[in-house]
Amino acid sequence: MIVQALVFYMFAAIAVAGGVMVISARNPVHSVLFLILVFFNAAGLFLLLGAEFLAMVLVVVYVGAVAVLFLFVVMMLDINYLKLREGFLQYLPTGALVGLVLLVELGLVLGSWVFAPEAPAQLAAPTPADLTNTEALGQIVYTQYVYLFQAAGLILLVAMVGTILLTLRARDGVRRQNISRQISRTREESVEIRKVPTRGGI
Amino acid sequence: MEIGLAHYLVVAAILFTTGVLGLFLNRKNVIIIMMSLELMLLAVNINLVAFSAYLQDMVGQVFTMFVLTVAAAEAAIGLAIVVIFFRNRGTIAVEEISQMKG
Repeated sequence: MIVQALVFYMFAAIAVAGGVMVISARNPVHSVLFLILVFFNAAGLFLLLGAEFLAMVLVVVYVGAVAVLFLFVVMMLDINYLKLREGFLQYLPTGALVGLVLLVELGLVLGSWVFAPEAPAQLAAPTPADLTNTEALGQIVYTQYVYLFQAAGLILLVAMVGTILLTLRARDGVRRQNISRQISRTREESVEIRKVPTRGGI
Repeated sequence: MEIGLAHYLVVAAILFTTGVLGLFLNRKNVIIIMMSLELMLLAVNINLVAFSAYLQDMVGQVFTMFVLTVAAAEAAIGLAIVVIFFRNRGTIAVEEISQMKG
């Protein structure tokens, strides 16, 4: 039990510290790397909660795809990031005030909430005791929530099409092989026979 | 020293507040703003999974999956917009992004 508590405090502390570093690092590349650290530690928290599948999804999809995408974009754009940081301290009082208010509100909610007495009897999909987390998740994602699952797939498809459409550009002056034009050439339009007179040239 | 639901909710609340603070502090840099959004979504996910674990209800984890899906799509499209904006204008400062005002 004590080990569990220590591991929890370690993951939680690193996640929170990483989150603070994400928003305060001078270099955006460092921000992305701290974001990756936060994702890893959140995955650890998910593991502690028994949600192994989501922990692995977080590592694979978030660290492997989303964070690396951020890293690509940060490195690809040639921007003076220090100039973008001007006004950091100017916004600090407002931001700190809003953050403090939000934190106090969340604290008030956390301090006083209780489960509704009828809530435990109204579970939509109780966790099966004899299955692993992934199996249990699969059993309801592909049955009870199959339409939502398909809709999630559609959202990803639309995002993919939109992203490709936005960033694809047709460049002028790039020579490409046009296979249909190549194979539809005829003898008449590509070969010409000339009779060259002696000492005359063409 | 039992770790209960409240511990996870506190972590999520702090992470969410960090994300909101990030929105305010990095008002000029779209990429950091998007990272702050990711932090906030992650905090929401921690809340969902914590409730799912402590209520013994799988639906919270299913919803977390959908939140992850939408967040991934949002990040991809947002970064694509940042890239084409940079291509056209040579900057990503937020106050310059006023082209679409009528």
